[in-house]
Amino acid sequence: MNIVVLVKQVFDTEAKIVLSSNTQISADGVTQIMNPYDENAVEAALQLKEAQGGEVIVVSMGSQKAVEALRTALAMGADRAVLVDDPALIETDEFTAAQVLAKAISTQNYDLILSGKVAIDGQSSQVPARIAEILGIPHANVVTKMEIKDGKAEVTREIDGGIEIIEMPLPAVVTAQKSLNDPRYPSVPGIMKAKKKELKTLSLADLGLSADEVASKMAVLEYSLPPARQAGRLVQGDPAQAASELASLLHSEAKVI
Amino acid sequence: MSKGIWVVVEQAQGSIRKVSLELLSAGAKLAAEKGEELAAVILGSGIGNLAGEAGQYGADKVFVADDAKLADYSTGAYTSVLAKLINENEPNLVLFGNTAVGKDLAPRVAQRAGAGLASDCTAMAADDAAFVTFSRPLYAGKVNAKVASPAARPIMATIRPNSFPVVESPKTPEVVNVAVSVDAADLRAILKEVIMQASGRVPLTEATIIVSGGRGMKAPENFSILEDLADVLGAAVGASRAAVDSGLRDYEFQVGQTGKTVSPVLYIACGISGAIQHLAGMFSSQVIVAINKDPEANIFTVADYGIVGDLFEIVPLLTEECKKIKA
Repeated sequence: MNIVVLVKQVFDTEAKIVLSSNTQISADGVTQIMNPYDENAVEAALQLKEAQGGEVIVVSMGSQKAVEALRTALAMGADRAVLVDDPALIETDEFTAAQVLAKAISTQNYDLILSGKVAIDGQSSQVPARIAEILGIPHANVVTKMEIKDGKAEVTREIDGGIEIIEMPLPAVVTAQKSLNDPRYPSVPGIMKAKKKELKTLSLADLGLSADEVASKMAVLEYSLPPARQAGRLVQGDPAQAASELASLLHSEAKVI
Repeated sequence: MSKGIWVVVEQAQGSIRKVSLELLSAGAKLAAEKGEELAAVILGSGIGNLAGEAGQYGADKVFVADDAKLADYSTGAYTSVLAKLINENEPNLVLFGNTAVGKDLAPRVAQRAGAGLASDCTAMAADDAAFVTFSRPLYAGKVNAKVASPAARPIMATIRPNSFPVVESPKTPEVVNVAVSVDAADLRAILKEVIMQASGRVPLTEATIIVSGGRGMKAPENFSILEDLADVLGAAVGASRAAVDSGLRDYEFQVGQTGKTVSPVLYIACGISGAIQHLAGMFSSQVIVAINKDPEANIFTVADYGIVGDLFEIVPLLTEECKKIKA
């Protein structure tokens, strides 16, 4: 059972966003973490490996910053890591990311590809499904339960207003919802061991790709910060007066109830 | 020659979902501005009657793919049918709701069509150079990106529910019945069971009103006072990460950067302090109300209306006042 896990280094959830220009988000001084849902994907892979044997390979596309996320995954117990880092990949869309990652994955021997259900920075939830399409294999998103046996994955996934159960032949792509498991913390021996594990950095040329053939379809024209909300009005009075006043403001002034 | 603006319509219980009506309404406006045709694409089984409903909201044309194989949503079958239809007709723009189905289907279809996809957009505007531009919140709304697909066609986007008003503009659409054939390679995943949870409450991401509780709720059973208020208002009930992490509420109700991003008309935050990651998930709500006993709570800096006080006293009183208004 060889499992590829896609991980991404992202800004911490408590980070404030600062623009260095209207086309650039500043990363200066921002704490970065492994995308939280990717931790669930790594955990799922490690549990499968513990139960069924095999190898867990973590793969990321990004700058050298992404090494931290990969080292974290190695410290949790993944076996080796692949980072695709190329100057041509600094501003890319999901089409590019999927082409590059699919190519990197295709050089590995894999039965299952896992990732988080969404990266909390770009929030597009596109890349795993695009990779599945490129590799010609099925995918299931937002998975809360997974069982792998007899060359098949049976997964429970969230849909609007309920859940569904899907059975897919392997290899397949599965994206993890938070409730899939509780990710382990890297242990101190794990962190020490991680330093000696293989972490290979590849360029586009190493993958046999040219920047042109994976060029983005979408372009960011500009970034803007949302208009600050003004603190509004504090409704005064004893609880009964305040509640009555608030209800009438929502009804007559804001017209929302 | 690319032509047309398409909306991939979702249905539930025999009628078109509200988010799809929003997309048809916004699509009709854009189509008029661009001098394009608006087409609805409906996939399912026994759905022929929905074509007329799509026409009510401005569709000039309705593609109906009506087949038993499409009765339940499956990524493979839906991708197969939709990608072929796009390939044959070459629309300029294809819009999906940013729903469970839209988020699952659109990336796969976009990849097959070699298209870019703008996910979870909250606004779109006609553009001379790029046909259309989209605004999409990143980092759960801490920053907005204006994006476009300068050259590649079709352009695709998923649009967040509640981003556009529903506007009727009745037309008698041309109905095109689509011959359904699904490639064997797209049938490898088998749907074994669908279990709908009969909560009777609107999903958080589609709710027009949300009543949310934080750590100040203190105990899981105390959420009943928020549910009572929600019942009166026809609202969904959400929770902050602090409430979820303290075991007061299940993760599926979490609003914030690692939960759901919402933009209801009214968001009532009860006992929520207002951490950055929570504000990110509800910042774009039209009206925010905060009820918190701590006058220094960060939530008051974004609230349109606030009450400093004990939520256990105020919320039941507010419920009674709302009942009077609704009566």
